[in-house]
Amino acid sequence: MSRLARTIATRLRGAGGARARWGALTAAALLLAACEGVALAQPQDGVLTPASQPAKPTVQLGHELFEANCASCHGGLAQGISHPRPGAGDISGAAPSLHGVGAEAADFYLRTGFMPLSNIHAEPSNRRVLFTNKQIEAITHFVASLGAGPAIPHPKPRTGALNSGFELFTEDCAGCHQSLARGGFVTGARVPPLQGVDATEIAEAVRIGPYLMPRFSTRRISDAQLNSIIRYVLSTNRPDNRGGWSIGNLGPIPEGLVAWLAAIMLGVLCLGLGRRLRA
Amino acid sequence: MSDPGRDGRDPIQFIDERTAAAPLLKKALRYLFPDHWSFLLGEIALYSFIVLIATGVYLALFFEPSLAKTVYHGPYAPLRGREMSEAYKSVVEMSLTYKAGLLMRQTHHWAADVFMASIVLHLMRVFFTGAYRKPRELTWLIGLALLFTSLLEGYLGYSLVDDLLSGIGLAIGYGVLLSVPLVGGPLGVLLFGAAFPGKGVFESRMYIAHVFIIPALLATLIGAHLALVMARHHTQFKRDARHTQRRLVGVPMFPGQAPRSLALMLAVAAVLFLLGGLVQINPIWQWGPFEPWLGTNGAQPDWYLGWLIGALRLMPSFDVVIGHYTVIPNPFWGGVAFPLVVLAVLAAFPWVERRLTGDRTVHNLADRPRQAPNRTAFGVAFLSWIFLVFVFGAADRLYVLFGVSYETLLTVFRVAIWVVPALAFLIVRRLCRELQHADRVEHERELAEQEAARQEAELMRRREPVI
Amino acid sequence: MKLRQGLLAGVTLLYGRRRRRLERERRAEQGRADAEQGRADAEQGRADAEQARAGAEQAGAGQVGAGQAQEAASAAGDGGGGGARTPARIVPPGLPDRRAEYLVVALLALAMLFAVGFIVVYAEYSPAEMPNQLLGVCMGGALGFAALALAVFGRRLVVTEEIEEDYPQENPREQSEIAQLLHESASRITRRRLLLGAGAATGGVLGLAGLTPVLSLGPLWDTAPLDYSPWHRGRRLVDPHGYPLLASEVEEETFYTAFAEGADREDIASVLVVVRLHPSELRLPEGREGWAPYGILAYSKICTHAGCAVALYRKPRFPVVEAKPALVCPCHYSTFNPATGASVIFGPAGRPLPQLPLMIDPSGHLRAAGDFSGRVGPAWWGVREGPPT
Repeated sequence: MSRLARTIATRLRGAGGARARWGALTAAALLLAACEGVALAQPQDGVLTPASQPAKPTVQLGHELFEANCASCHGGLAQGISHPRPGAGDISGAAPSLHGVGAEAADFYLRTGFMPLSNIHAEPSNRRVLFTNKQIEAITHFVASLGAGPAIPHPKPRTGALNSGFELFTEDCAGCHQSLARGGFVTGARVPPLQGVDATEIAEAVRIGPYLMPRFSTRRISDAQLNSIIRYVLSTNRPDNRGGWSIGNLGPIPEGLVAWLAAIMLGVLCLGLGRRLRA
Repeated sequence: MSDPGRDGRDPIQFIDERTAAAPLLKKALRYLFPDHWSFLLGEIALYSFIVLIATGVYLALFFEPSLAKTVYHGPYAPLRGREMSEAYKSVVEMSLTYKAGLLMRQTHHWAADVFMASIVLHLMRVFFTGAYRKPRELTWLIGLALLFTSLLEGYLGYSLVDDLLSGIGLAIGYGVLLSVPLVGGPLGVLLFGAAFPGKGVFESRMYIAHVFIIPALLATLIGAHLALVMARHHTQFKRDARHTQRRLVGVPMFPGQAPRSLALMLAVAAVLFLLGGLVQINPIWQWGPFEPWLGTNGAQPDWYLGWLIGALRLMPSFDVVIGHYTVIPNPFWGGVAFPLVVLAVLAAFPWVERRLTGDRTVHNLADRPRQAPNRTAFGVAFLSWIFLVFVFGAADRLYVLFGVSYETLLTVFRVAIWVVPALAFLIVRRLCRELQHADRVEHERELAEQEAARQEAELMRRREPVI
Repeated sequence: MKLRQGLLAGVTLLYGRRRRRLERERRAEQGRADAEQGRADAEQGRADAEQARAGAEQAGAGQVGAGQAQEAASAAGDGGGGGARTPARIVPPGLPDRRAEYLVVALLALAMLFAVGFIVVYAEYSPAEMPNQLLGVCMGGALGFAALALAVFGRRLVVTEEIEEDYPQENPREQSEIAQLLHESASRITRRRLLLGAGAATGGVLGLAGLTPVLSLGPLWDTAPLDYSPWHRGRRLVDPHGYPLLASEVEEETFYTAFAEGADREDIASVLVVVRLHPSELRLPEGREGWAPYGILAYSKICTHAGCAVALYRKPRFPVVEAKPALVCPCHYSTFNPATGASVIFGPAGRPLPQLPLMIDPSGHLRAAGDFSGRVGPAWWGVREGPPT
């Protein structure tokens, strides 16, 4: 045992080779684990499409796509399934009814990629959009036909005011989404950042209240207020970072990392200065 | 023909005639520095402090320490028409409306962060080389006082701005203050002037503490710290036979060391100003003003308080209640007990080590970390304990970045903060012993080689005929 | 007559004294000047010896004839006849390095350039367009090049010596002398302990007296502000813009911030978070029946852990697989269940959020039906002692 330790010690003292290798292995393992978590939320096999697709999106096409990809959780008639039971494609499904949710909801969930979801217990992720635009339109038409519901909103952020948008966002949204819409955490869920999200999506999310997000109706947040909020959120794509490199607009955590980097750099400088300087 | 003896003597004569300081000056100029890079780490802290003072003076001239309500009508659109305090408005204007204001503010803030980091680096050097031992225990204690006072100073500094992020931090500070058993409640009311957020006077109290009282205290402590260091002289590593407990070998302050130290000072200032210009820090106009009913996700204190937020988050949910009396509210453990324990362990360490090792002699030679396996192992374990708590303070961001759930991280860390230091202690101690053994073997081998070479030379000499 | 004689004598005496004093001073001055001259001569001797050495060096390089060197040396010997030996050098000599000198100057010139750049950038741009990065690079560059210049200077143009000296040792003689001093100074004192006790007591009381004005910072032992709440039966709830809250406006699946009408908005006991759950979901603690008309619940928005605003609300879209509604604090993630009286279901908070009983007035507006169920804000000694006052 002692010999082994000695060997390790000499090796460690010698080249950084062994240490570097262990470090790389650990990093790779961690990375794999992280990817695993993200991958789990995505449907394993992609989506099923019918063999022949008409040129224009039709309710019929939407119906077919729905049957193939959504019915195992939402039910064949989109009436919802309240107790998980095994369905097509090895998916144990349960999902709310879609009657009356309108085009707004279907458009939102499909365009963001939150839907379809293969594992109802995993956290939905907006990283992968599986349907084409035509297919999304078709399914949206189908869902809209299931009962009167809200249409896709058409917000006008240009008519909103940046200052009231900032104030409203701070009051109602920043607790979860962070003051600069960089996303965050609420017990039980990740809150997505809002950079790269378009005005319609923001409006839809606010009105729907997807997943764990609260729902803000027009009585709670008027259309005018929503326009201002959207205008502010869009501005977070390019915040006023006149101070320099914004390091993520996340606040003190990256700042602390940079400070330590600077302190260590200065320490290395001491290495250069402190060495014996014979004249 | 010039007279080198006379040149330069007139100003020296001037000073000496009026102050009789020539002997002291000569001693100071010829003070010996040990010739190792790690002894310069403390200087990084000192020079950061100087930059803090210089930039701080500028900021103090533009800051308005008042919580009186006002409305912003400046050029930054998202804040136009917003109600805010005079303090916040003055900092927004300083950043966005005055030409060099942002540079000075950011340099000041970077200097504070780097100041704290360099103190920790310096502390680690002193600890792991055993330089806190007799006769330098007082210097060590003053250093700890400097560490904790600077922590408070930094906290007050960024809380003065009354932005959303630091206001949340102040609320937590109030909560931690209230959690002191028995007296916490009245103490909080006394300091704040009322329940949180307190009367406007609290802002001016913070201001006066931050720009006057605490800097004066820090300057005094630094002066005492440096005076003690110079009086007892630095420790030194045993490079060769000349370095002993009684005999110091080093580079004199003048002319040898001075250019190096001055170069370091300018380099520290350069790095801080480069950071202040190139990397944004604390962009308070993006957070908005503080109101007690507002919150934001990912609110964090500056890095040097990260260990406290980690501790506060790790605690399970309980207040210690007896009858109707809340004897120990929850934040006490993470916010008061934890830092006090760290301070107590560090402060008592020289004496505890003396007791445990029975070593009461004077130490002027610095140890290599491997030469004191128990101390090094304990230091690594202790630091890893604090570090793991610190890392957990950012666990929500870790979740956002890596997808490992916060609840899982919580369970893992609650175990890890005890298991990892214990393991670290055992592993590092073993490593030190192995390294020492390897050193000894190496040393013996060298001696053997030298002996062999000597004998060889002797043999050769005998063989050759003497001319 | 006697007066005049006396005066004369006095003046002569004084004058004589003055004369003698002046004479003394003159002689002292002369002595000092002589000593000075002697020092100067010794200095000169040293300088000459230096010159001689330099001359000898130059002679060695073949630039000066040997005779000249000898002359210089003898001159040095003469000049040093002030009796002073030529003292050894303190700092050993080093070879000059012209290139290094020029390098240092070049670096300093660069530093100056950057410093000038700073001034130019400052003057050139308006505050709105000020390129902070450029300012920082100029200042940082100026300092950095100056640092580099000093580093080169230290490395190449300064003699770095390595000197040995003794560590300062203990001073047992002075220690015992001080101890003796202290001991002997007390020779006149017979009641030492009494005096010391009185002195210490005075110091203590004086110190206390000196600190007493600090109490004006605030109330010394006043916990009333911690117990205070502006809520009472009948007080109306208003939204952040000051409009009273209609019960019919409060919807499920979202949250509202409300305040006590007329109270200071920054009073942490005033601010509420209002949510609405389906009445069938409610499991409120005993005694709170009727506190939530139509399932509308009001809780203090100030977290009972450390005082942040409980600004997060999560609600399930599909309760079958999603977490139940909860109020969450962003600071340390204390999570409160509004259905059960905001009890703590995760995180470090030690007690639930205080609940405010609600009622609906004839015009449909929400009003408080009483005060909170407990005191507002982070825990302290007396937080559980009773309802708010």
